[in-house]
Amino acid sequence: MRGVENSLQALSEAGIRPVAISVDTPEVNREMMHEAAGYTFTFLSDPQLEAIRRYDLVHAGQGENGADVARPAEFLIDSSGTVRWRMMTENLYARARPEQVLEAAKALP
Amino acid sequence: MKRLNWQSWAGFLLSLVAGFSYPFLFIRWPITREFPWANLVLFALALVLLLLGLRRAFKPDKGIVSKIFSSLAASLGLLMLAGLLFAVFVTGRWLPASGGAPQVGQKVPDFTLIDANNRPVTLAQLLTEPVNNRPPRGVLLIFYRGYW
Repeated sequence: MRGVENSLQALSEAGIRPVAISVDTPEVNREMMHEAAGYTFTFLSDPQLEAIRRYDLVHAGQGENGADVARPAEFLIDSSGTVRWRMMTENLYARARPEQVLEAAKALP
Repeated sequence: MKRLNWQSWAGFLLSLVAGFSYPFLFIRWPITREFPWANLVLFALALVLLLLGLRRAFKPDKGIVSKIFSSLAASLGLLMLAGLLFAVFVTGRWLPASGGAPQVGQKVPDFTLIDANNRPVTLAQLLTEPVNNRPPRGVLLIFYRGYW
C-alpha cells in the first residue's frame, strides 16, 4: 500500500487509478488511512462484504473480534472491466509491487 | 565478584530484537517482509551468543543458577525464533483459496461502495473518471484486510 502511494505519479502517468477496498468504514478510512497515514488515493468501504463476497475474497473470522475481512488480492482491470493481471498472494506478507503493476500496465490498450 | 554472563544476556536481548523488529520495522519494505532475511540474520547472531553463554555457564566451575539462567535465555531465544517462523511461514499462509475470484480475461463484477467522504462510488465511475486528465487505461483494485 505504501509502495502504491509512493508510485502514484508513475501509476497516474500510466493512466492507472489505484483503489483500495476493505471492510473498514468510511470514518476509519478517512481518519486512519487519509489523515493519519497520509494516503491520497481512493479508499472504499465494504463493511457488508458485498464486493468482497462477489469477488470471492472473504477471509472468514480474520478481522477484529472474529469479523470477516478480505484476503489480500490485487486486480488490474482495463477500461472495459476485464482483468488483465492479478495477484492472488498465497503469503500474507507478499503483496503486489508497483513495478509489477506498471509492467503489466504496459500491455493495456 | 561474579562476572555477568554477557553472552546470554546479549543473546536473549538480541533475540527479542530479532523477533519484534519484524512486525515493527522490517515489515515496511517488501524485500525484508516477503522473506524475513534481516530477522533470520539477527536470530543467527543471537543464537551464537546464546550458545556461547551456555558453553560458559556449563563449565565445571559455574554454579547451578548460572546453568539455569543461560538455559532459560537460550530457550526463550529459540521460542522467539519459533514464534516468528510460525507467524511468517504458517499463519501467514492461511489464506482462502478464492477459486471464484475473477480470472485474467474475465470481466469483474460491478460494485457500489462508499468512499472516505461517504459518497457512493461505482466501478463504472472508477473506470471512466479521468486519470491525469485523460480517460483511465486501467484500475488497480487492491483488496486488503483493513486497518486494524
